[in-house]
Amino acid sequence: MKRTLEWQIATVKALRVETVDVKTLTLALPDWTAHRPGQHYDVRLTAEDGYSSQRSYSVASEPERMGEIDITVERIGDGEVSPYLDDTVVVGDRFEVRGPIGGYFVWDKSIDGPLLLVAGGSGIVPLMAMLRHRAVAGISDPARLLYSSRTYEQIIYGPELEDLAKKNGLTVSYTLTRTQPAGWKGYARRIDDAMLKEVSAPLGRGALAYICGPTALVEVAADGLERVGLRAERIRTERFGPSGP
Amino acid sequence: MPDRFVTRGFVGRREPAGSAQTARIPPGQHLVRDFPVLSAGPTPRTPLASWSFKIEGLVKEPVSWGWAEFLKLPAQDFIKDISCVTKWTKLDTRWRGVSVDILLENVELDRRAGFVTAFSDGGYTTNVPLPDLINGQSFVAYEYDGKPLAPEHGGPARLVVPHLYFWKSAKWVRGLRVMERDEPGFWESLGYNNHGDPWKEQRYTGD
Repeated sequence: MKRTLEWQIATVKALRVETVDVKTLTLALPDWTAHRPGQHYDVRLTAEDGYSSQRSYSVASEPERMGEIDITVERIGDGEVSPYLDDTVVVGDRFEVRGPIGGYFVWDKSIDGPLLLVAGGSGIVPLMAMLRHRAVAGISDPARLLYSSRTYEQIIYGPELEDLAKKNGLTVSYTLTRTQPAGWKGYARRIDDAMLKEVSAPLGRGALAYICGPTALVEVAADGLERVGLRAERIRTERFGPSGP
Repeated sequence: MPDRFVTRGFVGRREPAGSAQTARIPPGQHLVRDFPVLSAGPTPRTPLASWSFKIEGLVKEPVSWGWAEFLKLPAQDFIKDISCVTKWTKLDTRWRGVSVDILLENVELDRRAGFVTAFSDGGYTTNVPLPDLINGQSFVAYEYDGKPLAPEHGGPARLVVPHLYFWKSAKWVRGLRVMERDEPGFWESLGYNNHGDPWKEQRYTGD
């Protein structure tokens, strides 16, 4: 008999503001199991009258942190669940979750070789779980992250990414598509083939690629990586929105 | 109703209770008006000149249509509600394509036939019991909303099985393999439910 994923009641242990629209919630789980980085949990919120709503959120934390997970939630203006998680929830609140879920868009230390990550906006979240796990597990195979944000202020996990990039052969490249601060040295345009070629070339054509972001970015990055020489079966994608609320 | 844990301070943004729309939204789903795209890898782009659609496996003679031949098969318009396991539901989606009943009229099924694996460009597969595909329940679509089906939505052609979660509606479909036994497809081997009935909320293994 295959194991059913049961709902359990998570307790909010900590809240951290990441950007003006993004918060990280640390959830203590009574029935915690180690996830594979890239997996998600379903969240189910239920109102007094029994009405309930569900959404999926990627785990942001590494599986080495036992008993708890971080989810990072971007507030969608007209959303139903994300405004609750970002605005109403306080430490000590409880709600139902089940997971971990997903078996394809996952990476862990059992997978050897160069790793290429491409993120758009809050698409960084499942990739961050991979990078945190990679650092804790001491993996030193080369890895590169290309992270596209609209503005500098919208970069999630900026200081931690700086820190991670100082160790274990990780290179982080940013592109800011809308506005750039004075003296910006990163890319300043939407992801294109030239950018993908520059970022991926040092890893060689055998790299394993994970792309997560809005559909338009994922389409461009996945097609582009094929054009610059990666094989389609080595490119894994996860898309969200515009219907993310 | 199972006992649900009430979430402090959660109200939700619901359609009016008992509205016609609410009755069409399976449990745990919410309504969207756009058409989200989800897939596991890059979008395949097969030239129509080398496209074919096959029915193989437990059939007396396999059959294969090229693109031009496929377009000559009797087509129908379909208006269907669709639900994705990622929790969105879209109502009244408009498709044009060929009923799987029509496709199966071109083969003689072996009496052992019980299950079908749909296979696609890019290597994607999904399994569906034969009884879930027949009697007007599924079709191979090549138009959406009056236009050729876009590649990111599965064009040139995708299977549509609207009464099951939408991962069963294989994008870039290239054929149906008729089988005696059920064989889990791509997502069905990776933690997702083998059958995928949205009204029973069969999302994941064991649901």
